[in-house]
Amino acid sequence: MSESLCAETVMISGEGGDEIEAYLARPTDEGPRGAVVVIHHMPGYDRGTKEIVRRFAELGFDAICPNLYWRQAPGAAPDDAAATARAQGGIPDEQLIGDVAGAAAHLRALPASNGKVGVIGYCSGGRQSVLAACNVDLDAAVDCYGAFVVGTPPEGFPLKVTNLVDQLPNLGAPLLGLFGKEDSYPSPEQVVELDEILTAHDKPHEFHSYDDAGHAFFAVDRPAYRVAAANDGWEQITTFFTTHLGG
Amino acid sequence: MCTYATVQTVLEGSAKGPQSSWFHVTDGTIYFDHPVHAMAEHTLNIDFANPAQGPAARVAVELTAASARDLVAAIEAALDSAPAELKV
Repeated sequence: MSESLCAETVMISGEGGDEIEAYLARPTDEGPRGAVVVIHHMPGYDRGTKEIVRRFAELGFDAICPNLYWRQAPGAAPDDAAATARAQGGIPDEQLIGDVAGAAAHLRALPASNGKVGVIGYCSGGRQSVLAACNVDLDAAVDCYGAFVVGTPPEGFPLKVTNLVDQLPNLGAPLLGLFGKEDSYPSPEQVVELDEILTAHDKPHEFHSYDDAGHAFFAVDRPAYRVAAANDGWEQITTFFTTHLGG
Repeated sequence: MCTYATVQTVLEGSAKGPQSSWFHVTDGTIYFDHPVHAMAEHTLNIDFANPAQGPAARVAVELTAASARDLVAAIEAALDSAPAELKV
């Protein structure tokens, strides 16, 4: 495998046929290979997320991250776009599903595609990764510490977030879950609850919960970064996607 | 944790924002969640914004919980010290 890659901004067709911005990174060598949709965290389509997209390309996958805030704030700085999206109530689940479906279709149309596409999301994107895997034709899903897959979101806030318990019977892809034992949302108890629900529905899943790690332990530019958890987590992700998407 | 906790309020005033220019503030968004820049896992974040002028018309602050409470107390003290007839 070559270590050369190409990274670029592209436009893709998202929910409702809307043209939205996306960041695409691909190995330069020939395929066939699997692909990954990266769902950015609530702080947005930022530099750290684009680094993750490039890392998947370096690992041998085509990878793309749709800018989920493009409609609310086209061309804005990532932090300003995230603030705008938050002030407007966040991203509706229907829009997220359509945007991930569009991103997956874009990946499957690439010349090197082997037809298999996985999804991964961080923070709010962890919940959205599970949401996508319940509603979009995907081959593997990774939930990195997504809150409110189970549990009850706070009431009275403008952000309309519901849990996904009623959708879990529709989970259509194996799920890898990576969590910090010091996290509160999702709490270790909620991770156990999700594990039990998926087992009851006979859904293939694999969870890892790390000591000395809380929320956002993959975020290299934040105090929450935990090198041991992040390094092992990346190994788990690589093995999982290689198994289910092909190298 | 990703709290999603967000409170919004209507504001009337001005802020000195991007490119050192003043703009009319119409909206405030207050939330306790991950900061973009502050070296803390969670902060009390305030966006002073004017959505009509676009996403960049925003002054953002990220404060530790303790300093946010200090700020609330300082604002209350400053308001309390002003003559009643000036506080409209």
